[in-house]
Amino acid sequence: VSGGAILARALRDPASVKTLDANGWTALFSIARAEQLLGTLAYKLSALDLPEAIEAAIADARLNAEYQHRTALWEADSARRALLDFDGTIALMKGTAYVAAGLKAGQGRHIGDLDIMVAEDQISQAEQLLLTKGGWEWVKEDAYDDAYYRTHMHELPPLIHKERDRMIDVHHTILPKTARPRPDAAAMLEDAIDLDDGLSVFSPEDMVCHCAAHLIADGDLTGGMRNLWDMHCLLSEFAERDAQFWEQLGSRARHHQLWSAVSRAARLSARLYGTQIPVSWAAPRWQDGWYIRRILARDGWGRGTGKIVQLLFYIRSHWMRMPPMMLARHLWTKWRKA
Amino acid sequence: MRHEFRIRVGPASFRIGSEWRAPIDQMRALYAGYPEADFTDFTVRLEAVSFLRRFIRPSVAINGDYMLPDAAPLPLDQGLLAAEMGMNLQMALGWRRQLILHASAVERGGKALIMTGASGSGKSTLSAMLGRKGWRFMGDEFALIDPVSGDAVPYPRLISLKNEAIAALQTSAPDAHFGPLMQGTPKGDICHMAPPLDAVAGMQTRAKPALLLFPRFGYEPAIREMGAGEVFMRLTQASTNYVALGEAGFEALTRFVQQVPARAIDYQSGEQAEALVNQLWDELA
Repeated sequence: VSGGAILARALRDPASVKTLDANGWTALFSIARAEQLLGTLAYKLSALDLPEAIEAAIADARLNAEYQHRTALWEADSARRALLDFDGTIALMKGTAYVAAGLKAGQGRHIGDLDIMVAEDQISQAEQLLLTKGGWEWVKEDAYDDAYYRTHMHELPPLIHKERDRMIDVHHTILPKTARPRPDAAAMLEDAIDLDDGLSVFSPEDMVCHCAAHLIADGDLTGGMRNLWDMHCLLSEFAERDAQFWEQLGSRARHHQLWSAVSRAARLSARLYGTQIPVSWAAPRWQDGWYIRRILARDGWGRGTGKIVQLLFYIRSHWMRMPPMMLARHLWTKWRKA
Repeated sequence: MRHEFRIRVGPASFRIGSEWRAPIDQMRALYAGYPEADFTDFTVRLEAVSFLRRFIRPSVAINGDYMLPDAAPLPLDQGLLAAEMGMNLQMALGWRRQLILHASAVERGGKALIMTGASGSGKSTLSAMLGRKGWRFMGDEFALIDPVSGDAVPYPRLISLKNEAIAALQTSAPDAHFGPLMQGTPKGDICHMAPPLDAVAGMQTRAKPALLLFPRFGYEPAIREMGAGEVFMRLTQASTNYVALGEAGFEALTRFVQQVPARAIDYQSGEQAEALVNQLWDELA
């Protein structure tokens, strides 16, 4: 059994950890840390009656998650204050959005950088305000990287705060401009839901679309277990709230050209975490097994395994992000600089 | 992993995995007498930076539950140092049960003397020296302060001696157990020394912090009083988890600063330091 499968089982069925011995627990903690899911796991396990040494480690993980959430919300508020004069929607994304909106996906979730999205034609305004009023500055001084981000990416080159050493990613859409699907970023901002402090989060459907796009259509599936756990929590919570959710999600995903990513992420989430998805969404595709294999590939020491499958997904991630000639030019430039 | 070692140091437990035997053997020898762990809080992995570098000019990457993306690998003959650095990193980034101060600690009569300061201040050497002169050694790297009771919790890992301190301790403590001399590390020469037996036997016995010192090596002997504000600020900088502990960390540190008298001391030799410590301990602790 792969390490990922052990973690998935613990998240899906917390009571199953009762059968773990000391080695099993040690492995579970290392795997969960490697997948940045220890805080999430700690929340899932906190109702159980466990050995003292385990409970102490779980309490540490919960404290750490609380710290990350405190910091994440503070960073979001710092950005809000820097952007007081910004006259457009500012949408929080990913972990910070889940926590700010009080969603189950936020419980114990690891949060690193702050991700926000603004309209593309207003992004320079946001950038200037963050630089002049917020105290952020450029991370990279490299001209090629900078130009690359600005021409081809869905976000500004990352900014880091001068004093707090925290990064902010300012997006104008959810996938690189070079990717084949072209999500409707304007509609995402249009339909974003206001929090009471001037910041917003995506609508439930768009939140799921972004989560799926991030996992399936961008990147090499690193962090896939956490991403799918987000997917599982979002789908379960939204479907329970609203009987029309699946239908709305299907049409929204098609509108964003993300049906393939969203439906695949939903299937993988069902397969890994037991998410209840409609029968019409459930028909498996042959590639699903490879995704699962890639996502779960980890050993009991927390090390990634399956280097070849990993490499294939890495190549795929670049393939999806840019057309072949552009990819060749990009890798050539990167290779010469390395 | 090919080679594995599990160890409990005070309240924390570690699993060390290594692709090479040597660092694990060195740890087994130096940590003889420590309790073995079953479940471990943290995992450290000593891995080759690439497949070939397991064999040719072997190079040890310090990996584990918590990693620094830009941590430089070490040559295999510094593998023990790599393991110790990996363990420190896990504590610094992952431990939340006590407030961590980058400090050494020794105990006498149920009360703890805590010494903090920059690298090179001599806090590690002083704790090793006092640990052989009637004090119980509690730790040379991290002093753990319990946020509920305010007690200092022992964390007696191997003592990391640097540069001149190595010869000094090998002369004054010839019976102690020393690890290999590692030359040309990022911090100069390093040699690990096993803590005295009473430190290991007493590693579950906590102590009340009674004196905080900021030693500084290389200056005329002197004692300087310190304001509570300065002490507080310097301890926030000396803590790896103060911010992460939030309000509990603030309360623990505030109480510590209010209750524990603090002095800065300058010294040029071990004898001077010992005299200053004894004088202040008699006056204040």
